[in-house]
Amino acid sequence: MSDTFKLEIVNPEKSFLVKENVKEVVVPAFEGEMGILKDHISIISFLKPGVLKVLEGSSEEKKYYVEDGIIEFKNNCLSVLTSNIFDISKADKTKITEIINNTEKEARENDLDDQKRYLIEQKIEVLKSISSIN
Amino acid sequence: MASLDDLKKRIVSVKSTQKITKAMKMVAAAKLKRAQDNAEKGRPYSEKMNNIILNLSNGISDKESAPKLLSGTGDEKTHLCVILTSDRGLCGGFNTNIVKKAKSYFDKIEKDGKILKIVTVGSKGNDQLKRIYGEKIIEKISFKESKNINFFDADKVGKMIIEKFEKKEFDVCTIFYNKFKNVITQIPQAQQIIPLKTSEPEGNSSEDNYEFEPEEDEILSNLLPKNISTQIFKAMLENSASEQGSRMSAMDNATRNAGEMVDKLTIEYNRSRQAAITKELIEIISGAESL
Repeated sequence: MSDTFKLEIVNPEKSFLVKENVKEVVVPAFEGEMGILKDHISIISFLKPGVLKVLEGSSEEKKYYVEDGIIEFKNNCLSVLTSNIFDISKADKTKITEIINNTEKEARENDLDDQKRYLIEQKIEVLKSISSIN
Repeated sequence: MASLDDLKKRIVSVKSTQKITKAMKMVAAAKLKRAQDNAEKGRPYSEKMNNIILNLSNGISDKESAPKLLSGTGDEKTHLCVILTSDRGLCGGFNTNIVKKAKSYFDKIEKDGKILKIVTVGSKGNDQLKRIYGEKIIEKISFKESKNINFFDADKVGKMIIEKFEKKEFDVCTIFYNKFKNVITQIPQAQQIIPLKTSEPEGNSSEDNYEFEPEEDEILSNLLPKNISTQIFKAMLENSASEQGSRMSAMDNATRNAGEMVDKLTIEYNRSRQAAITKELIEIISGAESL
């Protein structure tokens, strides 16, 4: 028996990525990173800004940046719904800096509740770590 | 009877109109392909979203404490109608059909003695509605500047609706748009988004037991606002495909009508030209005979 499952990533405009046989997906769930393997129990969870890692057979793991979203795992099919996602290895550094700057501006606003502030800070942190690697 | 010169001028003007409508048809056909693609690509997202919400709402045991966006305010007094139309005209019955559908809904609401509030998205709908329902329109939005439909725009509309909902400005929200069936058929749709009407469950899906992280209500309260933007985005995508399809068939008809008109005018032109020649000949002959 193979130990792979199906992964689908969709964003509002299109189906971003469909892979039939992935071994493991690590998602930045709201309450911490979560690795998902085959035959995981059906789950619905929430994403926070972070890095989504896809492990596919023998090849190297792929990393994507996601800003928000929902995941649903059911019958060995993982669906990721997100409004903002990009491939980290192909990302443009200037673009990331631009997002960071915009987000920092957002963070300086005062009328944020704790949850929003936490998400924004998380976003800045992740983006900074991405741009420092590249 | 019109003189030869007049006829000639008319033929030329109809021909140039035909050229324009033909060009518009081609442009619409090219845009239709893209809009249709976009609408099809956008479907999985909204379908998945719907499924997840369906599963979630089935998982909620205590319906009373469910978020208001799902269960409603418990009242049905004030209705908000969001009319999605195009920003450009010359697309056949596209805008009129949505407005007609919306108007019959408005009548029903007003007959029931409920309060009606209208938001128009797209300038054409606003143009058609402002005469009768002018004071009921509380907001008009137009995305003339954005070339393509994007999620960001839909999100803006969605956020505005939610903001109004939280201020308790309305109880029920319905969106009106054209669903794209094929190039010649677009079906005007009314879809209620607040409180959410979950579509029929898919048999087995309700039996699945999900694990939720964090808790169901927390996920739901985060997810529902997003779903509203998604539904609006879907409606906008369907609408843009419908708009191009409708424009294409309207322009196709216009081109054909112009062609028929040119044919008719040409026959008339030739007849009167012949009549003029015959008349001249008769004049010459009778002139020669009188000598």
